[in-house]
Amino acid sequence: MAVADYKAPSTVSEAVSLLASAQMKAKVMAGGTDLIIQSKSQTAEPLLVVDLKRIETMKDYQLTDEGLSLGPAMCCAEFTALEDVKAVYPGLTEAAYLIGSTQVQGRASVGGNLCNSSPAADTIPALIANGAQCVIEGPDGDRTVPVEDFVTGVGKNCLAANEILKRIVIPRPAPGTADAYLRFIPRTEMDIAVAGAGVSVTLDADGTCTAARVGIGAVAPTAMLVPAAAAALVGTKLDDTALEAAAKAASEASNPITDRRGTVEFRRHVVGVLVKRAAKIAQSRAQG
Amino acid sequence: MAKVHVTTSVNGEETEYLCEPHETLLDVLRNNLQLTGTKEGCGSGDCGACSVTVDGRLTCSCLVLAVEAEGREIGTIEGVGDKEKLSVIQQKFLEHAALQCGICTPGLIVSTQAMLKDNPTPTEEDVRYYLAGNLCRCTGYDKIVRAVMDAAETLPSERGA
Amino acid sequence: MSEAQDYKYIGQRTIRPDGFDKVTGRASYGADLSLPGMIWGKTLRSPHAHARITRLDTSKAEAMPGVLAVAVHSDFAAVSDEAIQAGEGSANLIDLASNILAKNKVLYHGHAVAAVAAKTEALAEQALALIEVEYEVLPPVMTALAAMAADAPVLHDDMFTTGLEETPDKASNIANRVEFKIGDVEAGFAEADVIVEGTYKTPTCHQGYIEPHACTVRYDEDGQSMIWCCTQGHFDVRTSTAKLLGMELSKLKVVASEIGGGFGGKTTVYQEPVALILSKKSGRPVKMVMDRDEVQLATGPTSASHNWVKIGARKDGTITAMQGKFIYEAGAFKGSPVMMGCMTAFTPYEVPNLYAEGFDVVVNKPKVAAYRAPGAPQGEFAAEMAVNELAAKLGMDPIELRLKNAAKEGTQTIYGPKFKRVGLVECLEAARDSEHYKAALAENQGRGVASGFWFNVGGQSSVVINMNPDGTGTIVEGSPDIGGSRASMQMMAAEELGIPLEKLKPIVADTEMLAYSQGTGGSRTTFATGMAVIEAAQDVVRQLKERAAALWNVTAEQVDYADGVAYNTAGEDKMTCAEICSKADRTGGQITGRGNINARGAGPSFAVHICDLEVDPETGKTDVIRYTAIQDAGKAIHPSYVEGQLQGGAVQGIGWALNEEYVYSPEGKLENMGFLDYRIPVASDLPMIDTVVIEVPNAFHPFGVRGVGESGIIPPLAAVGTAAANAIGTHVTELPLSPPRVLKLVQEKG
Ligand SMILES: Cc1cc2nc3c(=O)[nH]c(=O)nc-3n(C[C@H](O)[C@H](O)[C@H](O)COP(=O)(O)OP(=O)(O)OC[C@H]3O[C@@H](n4cnc5c(N)ncnc54)[C@H](O)[C@@H]3O)c2cc1C
Ligand code: FES
Ligand code: FES
Repeated sequence: MAVADYKAPSTVSEAVSLLASAQMKAKVMAGGTDLIIQSKSQTAEPLLVVDLKRIETMKDYQLTDEGLSLGPAMCCAEFTALEDVKAVYPGLTEAAYLIGSTQVQGRASVGGNLCNSSPAADTIPALIANGAQCVIEGPDGDRTVPVEDFVTGVGKNCLAANEILKRIVIPRPAPGTADAYLRFIPRTEMDIAVAGAGVSVTLDADGTCTAARVGIGAVAPTAMLVPAAAAALVGTKLDDTALEAAAKAASEASNPITDRRGTVEFRRHVVGVLVKRAAKIAQSRAQG
Repeated sequence: MAKVHVTTSVNGEETEYLCEPHETLLDVLRNNLQLTGTKEGCGSGDCGACSVTVDGRLTCSCLVLAVEAEGREIGTIEGVGDKEKLSVIQQKFLEHAALQCGICTPGLIVSTQAMLKDNPTPTEEDVRYYLAGNLCRCTGYDKIVRAVMDAAETLPSERGA
Repeated sequence: MSEAQDYKYIGQRTIRPDGFDKVTGRASYGADLSLPGMIWGKTLRSPHAHARITRLDTSKAEAMPGVLAVAVHSDFAAVSDEAIQAGEGSANLIDLASNILAKNKVLYHGHAVAAVAAKTEALAEQALALIEVEYEVLPPVMTALAAMAADAPVLHDDMFTTGLEETPDKASNIANRVEFKIGDVEAGFAEADVIVEGTYKTPTCHQGYIEPHACTVRYDEDGQSMIWCCTQGHFDVRTSTAKLLGMELSKLKVVASEIGGGFGGKTTVYQEPVALILSKKSGRPVKMVMDRDEVQLATGPTSASHNWVKIGARKDGTITAMQGKFIYEAGAFKGSPVMMGCMTAFTPYEVPNLYAEGFDVVVNKPKVAAYRAPGAPQGEFAAEMAVNELAAKLGMDPIELRLKNAAKEGTQTIYGPKFKRVGLVECLEAARDSEHYKAALAENQGRGVASGFWFNVGGQSSVVINMNPDGTGTIVEGSPDIGGSRASMQMMAAEELGIPLEKLKPIVADTEMLAYSQGTGGSRTTFATGMAVIEAAQDVVRQLKERAAALWNVTAEQVDYADGVAYNTAGEDKMTCAEICSKADRTGGQITGRGNINARGAGPSFAVHICDLEVDPETGKTDVIRYTAIQDAGKAIHPSYVEGQLQGGAVQGIGWALNEEYVYSPEGKLENMGFLDYRIPVASDLPMIDTVVIEVPNAFHPFGVRGVGESGIIPPLAAVGTAAANAIGTHVTELPLSPPRVLKLVQEKG
């Protein structure tokens, strides 16, 4: 792809109609940290870039009793600085904070991370753990898809060519709930996840886990929800046995590949360790 | 491909240029505006040598399309310090020998300036993580971190605070 | 020179004279020059690791509007099989030409096949897609051991192993065998109470300079051709390019831009001769800038190695014999630094029986280039790991074991000379006595120590100091300044001339302004070019005395010169340097000092490092928690830049030990281009790197300088390796210690 044309509409519907009427391949751009690199790749196929950053509703947020409604193009630097959001979804904030360097944070967005649909995208397991919903606008109106069903394959998702992710909606967690996200990289920064795990737990007054969601990343073609890992946690006080069982469930659910970033065995093992550790962090947060 | 006309502000000066839609802000700064202080180490967001600010926010100029700059405010290394005098950060980089080859230096200075605006009293760990996207292959970072910490300590008194 | 001498500038932490330009973005690097009418060159690279080119048709690209020239291998008409000096190793001219544009075979993924120059970079890139190449794909040979197998596919059917007693009649991937020995290792092992032996492997790593290779060139029929490029040695760029294009040296000017890191990787040519061909054909200035992928694919790397080492010692720790077999990958063309590996591996030790055998092996990877102490880190990694194993087996402290066997003045080296005074013992003692070495370690933490030896290089340097009528001067040198060497030159000249630093401006001159100077490499600049600066400054002083004598009507012998002032010993008169310069017109014209030398006596620099490392036993992740680099600098001209060399070397070595490696697919395609997956250390990976600078003067240098640029990359491999082994409680034999490998070690240990 090579960027051949650029448009910066000011409303989502304008953006949708630009996509629909495009004479060449068209893509929307949030931060461009994936798109611009992809556009420099070998083929010279012309590309129309529709910039979302001049659309105010793509960059705002509301945090209410219902939960969070996020404009998907808000850059991570801005998102991670939202103290009110961080107080409710610390794991999601962590996941967004892990994307790239400070410089990349200045551009990259949660929506772009989700729509790029890389198996290793950091925010997706955290969004899964939080039961996020994707609000999509197309020429025929809006539809809503749970995040775990949004991504359909490596770099693939359920968006049609003329659809835009216009909102990420996350329910407000039940009382006693907290989340955490951890990923494994060989260095401390500037790496892509070799494995990632987002965990959300709800604890009752005596510390028993009454509900849990576990999302894992970089260990299968798509980030995925692992109900078996969650089931291993529910009804326990997140003791070592429960954590080990959740870890095992996550390892078993994973379906990784060997590539330049890690081997099958390594990823399978490490994703379990991450689930265990993330669950413990979520637990201590939930206990406040 | 038709060139696009862009009006923007670079280091506070109104600037116009014509660019191709595929060109990055880095390409245009270096090739059209001859602002070669911003360096290209990778062209893919990994090295930070191309660090600039866009509307005050630190970014990699290799990951910004030149056409996007319309109406924005761009800050580059050429805008750091004033004509007469180096900024405290620049001065501290020299005093601490925080550069060897110097190719990473403009990016690091732009990043440090952005960091100290947000966080005037960083810890060593803050500095190391904030600057993790600015690769330096020569120094092992030790002297860079010291220069940045020293600049952070010196700056408030410079401002008379 | 007396050791206790007080210096005015030497040893101070001055502000570097080129600093202002570098912190303001004004300094011009390789890609920063544009010329009027300039066009852009781009390179077409092989997608295969090993293939025969059966058809190469550039006609469509040439016909494309906006394309002004195309270059292919046959444009190097003038090439003969002549060995030329190309950086730190000598390269065969045909190999050089075939590396920068493939002849009839491509020998690695990314091997350059053709180049195009067009009006814009984008057009040049589009034109590359129009070049038609057909390949007959051949099986790739990706490791030295595979390449040495009897039935291995052969890269060069005209290459026959040299260095054997009989020259074989069958072509082979083994380019050369070398051997070094003293004493009789078999007898030495027979005397030993304890023997350790092991095989140690290191991966292909890149120098990782942040600035990609770049040049802007202009060809001129009337002999005004010019190359502007980032290089460690612009005189060597001139030699190589002129030979490849059949030009006389005087017809080609090479200007060294500022250089954004090299570490040995910018001692050879890649794009420069190609750009000049494109310029010649198009009649336009041509700029070529590699992208990061190209840097990773086709420049650099250092040899992967496979080394076997055996050491014997008596119960008291006296080492009786050391033996090694070192196999280094050369990449696609012969010329790995394995000989250096053999010469350095055992050199930190005084042992009567030594034997080192080395093999230079070609594989389908990019031709290796020098990397900081080329060849030493691999061999010394093996030897130092084995020495630490030996210490463990003997129940001896590894530093005490080293001290017991340390090389010192008079030690016979395996490569010939006996050592003059060297500082290894002082480095080891500093390590032993350091706080760091005594500090406690927690669970899952381990400590490693290792030493490192590098010869250092002298060689040819030319320097001119031009004095101005106001008493200021320009130091004209020919060694590109990679890490602050201008500051050292300024300090040494100021010291000799006795005038303030800021009166002297050091510049790196182009190849027309100065006689030949070897490049910056081999840790030679502060030493050798520094000696030339001192000689040139002394030449200025001599002339200042003569001029003063002429003004006072006395003989030059009657004039003393100190601290920038000439004194008439036959009277009361005195005159400052500036005064003499201001009257130079009356005493015979302006003053120029010269120092053209071929420096000998580069003093070796020893280093000892201590590394503390923590291992996460559940994930295999490692964390360097404390690090100390100790090294003999002879005399630290500018202590900050000496420390910087130690720190930078240590961190490159840490990267090599922990996470850096080339990852190839089974088909020989490089899979981890780019800094996201070729993992050099980032700021948050590291602690502060503590340094201890030891000063055991080098008798051959007026100020006692030893080069410091290279030794520091050697010890980290084994210091980190041993720290990891100790943290886990196991043996480490292979780098990098990436998390999957470390986790495996943890799990195997159980
Ligand atoms: C140096 C570097 C380091 C990185 N490190 C990480 C990391 O640690 N973890 C990680 O997960 N990622 C990382 N990334 C990848 C990238 O930064 C993230 O995926 C980022 O979140 C993408 O966001 P963006 O806004 O830049 O997306 P863009 O590049 O703008 O878009 C990405 C894709 O999503 C589509 N898209 C974007 N927004 C929408 C929308 N609202 N509706 C429909 N489609 C949309 C675009 O068309 C495009 O296909 C890194 C990238 C770089 C360059
Ligand atoms: S050039 Fe932009 S990050 Fe490297
Ligand atoms: S000083 Fe050379 S890369 Fe930082």
